[in-house]
Amino acid sequence: MNYSKNKEDGLTIFRADLHVHTCLSPCGSLDMSPVRIIEEARQKHIDILGITDHNSTRQCKEIMDLGHKAGIAVWGGAEINTREEVHCLALFDDLKALDAFQQWLDRWLPVVKNKPDYFGHQVWVDEKENILGVEDRLLIVALDRSMEQTYEEVHRLGGVFIPAHINRKSNSLISQLGFVATDIKADALEISPETKKEVIKQMRWAEIKPVIAGSDAHYPEQLGTGITLLKMNNSSLNEFKKALNGVRGRTVLAIIDI
Amino acid sequence: MTVSEIVDKLNLAVWGGEDGLHRPVTGGYVSDLLSDVMGNASDGDVWITLQTHKNVMAVASLKEVAAVILVKGLAPDDDTLEQSNKENIPLLGTKMETFEVAGKLYELLKK
Repeated sequence: MNYSKNKEDGLTIFRADLHVHTCLSPCGSLDMSPVRIIEEARQKHIDILGITDHNSTRQCKEIMDLGHKAGIAVWGGAEINTREEVHCLALFDDLKALDAFQQWLDRWLPVVKNKPDYFGHQVWVDEKENILGVEDRLLIVALDRSMEQTYEEVHRLGGVFIPAHINRKSNSLISQLGFVATDIKADALEISPETKKEVIKQMRWAEIKPVIAGSDAHYPEQLGTGITLLKMNNSSLNEFKKALNGVRGRTVLAIIDI
Repeated sequence: MTVSEIVDKLNLAVWGGEDGLHRPVTGGYVSDLLSDVMGNASDGDVWITLQTHKNVMAVASLKEVAAVILVKGLAPDDDTLEQSNKENIPLLGTKMETFEVAGKLYELLKK
């Protein structure tokens, strides 16, 4: 790990990629297994990973366990597709909350059978890449819950809620709902990969909520292509919440490209 | 034709924005992507959508549409309804699907 502790405030700068798909997402490469993701993150000096498959958390635990052994913090969650068809990230670092959230997902995911030939396979695997389960329901459909209802549930369970790639041309806050309301219920805003810094400045999104980046990686080589620097005391989700609110020096520093 | 006449002829529910029922209607627009509505709807249009989020009324106000129709029996979110009353832009509803209500509106406006 290449981060350094600031002697004055005792805080550390962590490199985070908070939007990563796995082999469970139909559009995710089957190469995105837990062991490959952790190896890729280790090589790229990533300290914190957010595992966010479409509408499912079922691959998270294996990666959290492997990450723990490798000294990489893994926050589990999902990339929710809301009723408005806006993609939003939910992040948790507690397995109990993750389980409860999975039950909520199972309740509100409409039953549409996956056609792997069209959409891709939806499997979750163990650390040796043995298949643990197959999801039969198509994961990319919209949940029967609005953005606001999703925000409420994520918060009820102690998680963090972040609209994903807000300026993408499809399935984004801006494509579906036109603009970012100043009173939006969200903890942060994730900008699309490859968004120019001038655009972020010009749109003044950071005046509404902290702006973060994520790679939205579907293939191993994409992992780490969107990095957020977080200045925190440790790599827990609780510290991330403090950073989002600027509590005692903790902060979301900047978005960088690597 | 006014919004009020359309409400009568298509048997629409009025969720809110009653003070705007006298507004003249000059056309219609159908889209569920608010980014698209922002770019392409015209003032005086009746906008048909399934989105119920508060941003609907902000876009309706920005584009100065005559009214919004929510389809399939969908109810507006509370803050959407509140905004409709504040902006005096009628927020209407129908159990019809978009295809059917758009066809009927087209027939009315063609005359």
